[in-house]
Amino acid sequence: MAHDAQAAALSPLQQVSGDFAADKQAFSVPWGKAMMWIFLLSDTFIFSCFLTSYMNVRFSTLQGWPNPSQVFSLHIGGQDIPLILIAIMTFVLITSSGTMALAVNYGYRKHKRNTVMLLIATAALGATFVGMQAFEWTKLIMEGVRPWGNPWGAPQFGSCFFMITGFHGCHVSAGVIYLLITAKRVGSGFYDKKGTYETVEVAGLYWHFVDLVWVFIFAFFYLW
Amino acid sequence: MSEAKEGQQHPLAIYLWIWLLLFVLSTFSYLVDYFHLHGMLRWSLIILFMLLKAGFIVAIFMHMAWERLALKLAILLPPLCLLVLVGFMAIEGDYTFLTRGAAFLR
Repeated sequence: MAHDAQAAALSPLQQVSGDFAADKQAFSVPWGKAMMWIFLLSDTFIFSCFLTSYMNVRFSTLQGWPNPSQVFSLHIGGQDIPLILIAIMTFVLITSSGTMALAVNYGYRKHKRNTVMLLIATAALGATFVGMQAFEWTKLIMEGVRPWGNPWGAPQFGSCFFMITGFHGCHVSAGVIYLLITAKRVGSGFYDKKGTYETVEVAGLYWHFVDLVWVFIFAFFYLW
Repeated sequence: MSEAKEGQQHPLAIYLWIWLLLFVLSTFSYLVDYFHLHGMLRWSLIILFMLLKAGFIVAIFMHMAWERLALKLAILLPPLCLLVLVGFMAIEGDYTFLTRGAAFLR
């Protein structure tokens, strides 16, 4: 583009003031990408509100907080392994983030077969994650965890757990559907007709964000 | 600029390296719990690994490192005001804790 040659001579901050002040589109990315980033920004605030309210009730409760390391342990091979299910879920989600990044890359190379396969692999890993979360919910509900109480301590544990992981699980489920639709469109040549594979990258942004949120949930809810 | 090619095209190797790095960092944060580390060491390691993972995902996988500064600032600066919310709610939580202690634990 012509303005890039001029822009190269400007300092980064001069570029910013140019991008925002000039009589033109502010962000030099496709509109879908800019809107996805803005949506993710708003989602950041929603998840942050959940995590901040979790911090607030955990600070303010007089009863002890249940120890996540023990609550989420699994009995495998005759011994309790702490937090093992959550660790596996974390690895499943990171694996899916990797396959997603590769799908975006192959999309830009117009390598349709690889893109479709990688998108389906990503969706399958996402579905696996949701399945494991359903298992975890079932296990905890059977053990008596409710939004208003649990056998081990502070009653707020249940409401925080169900709200935070539930909202995240909904995002993963929606992402699985989103990725399958994107995969179908890549396969049917929809983006070839459109002339761009940017949409795959936009779907990728959403998926990486879901992984990103899990990084924070893993650190603050499960490890703290 | 990357506009010469279409969109964000980067060598495959960089994604594979970051992928591996995310696995290693996740293993580290799991080991923090597995070895029952406690106190400041535990919290600082958890936060460190969390921020490194988040940083690599946003910068490389979400391509933020290669975007123009205008988009970087528009997306990455607003979440900083969440620190104010976290600060207020931490103070509020401590206050509620003390009030509850005074009211219910006599």
